[in-house]
Amino acid sequence: MQLRPGARRVDLKTKLLTAFVVSTNVLGNFAMSWGMKHQAVDLGLSPLAYIRLIFTPWVLLGTSLLILWLLARMTLLGWADLSYVLPMTSIAYVFSAVLGKVFFGEQVTWQRWLGTAFIVIGIVFVGLTAANTTKEETAR
Amino acid sequence: MKWLMVAIIVGSTVLADLLQSFEMKRYVVAAEDLRPGRLAGMLRGLAQRGPLVVAVFFMAISFFAFMKLLSVADLSFAVPVTAASVALETVLARLVLRENITALRWAGALCVACGVALLAM
Repeated sequence: MQLRPGARRVDLKTKLLTAFVVSTNVLGNFAMSWGMKHQAVDLGLSPLAYIRLIFTPWVLLGTSLLILWLLARMTLLGWADLSYVLPMTSIAYVFSAVLGKVFFGEQVTWQRWLGTAFIVIGIVFVGLTAANTTKEETAR
Repeated sequence: MKWLMVAIIVGSTVLADLLQSFEMKRYVVAAEDLRPGRLAGMLRGLAQRGPLVVAVFFMAISFFAFMKLLSVADLSFAVPVTAASVALETVLARLVLRENITALRWAGALCVACGVALLAM
């Protein structure tokens, strides 16, 4: 693994990785939710029930996507501030609400759409700031 | 049960994110390390970092609590409500990670937090 100082401006690779983080998160949560809603077993609190559930096709797909999301997000946290990554990736909440409405017929009230608008405005604000504001790090 | 799961998810997510952000800034992964040929080496490197292992442990707790939450709540509720961690983490990013959060970024984080609150209604 190479060591390098954190980049200070938002470059193309940071933007691409942010998009990848959002995509894997949205699709992973969607697959998980689809799998959970189509399983007939009451989970309760038994760990075995959860482990069995992980190996059902949709939950497995969701889990795989969320593992990719985890690794990509870890990398992104090395390139950008936590206070930058959090709001920028919040667009995933908006996409999840839309998917919930389109595929699961969930009711999306006007409060939820207003919340979506707030999130988008917040993302625009944060997107105008530098991605990495902490001191450049050196190797241990 | 629903709100207990939300509390577990938010608490464990905050701890996991702080640990990840702290550790990943010490050893930054280069873009070249994300290529398929180097991925295994990168994963081995990540697995040897204590704070990241602890962070993954907290994320696992968050993950299983999220599974439980999805089984009792709508997707359009479960995903946004767990973003309550955004406001808390922004404050902790300033206090713990010493990030320089400008007025514009505070405003953005506040907007996101308000949006999340509205989504959770």
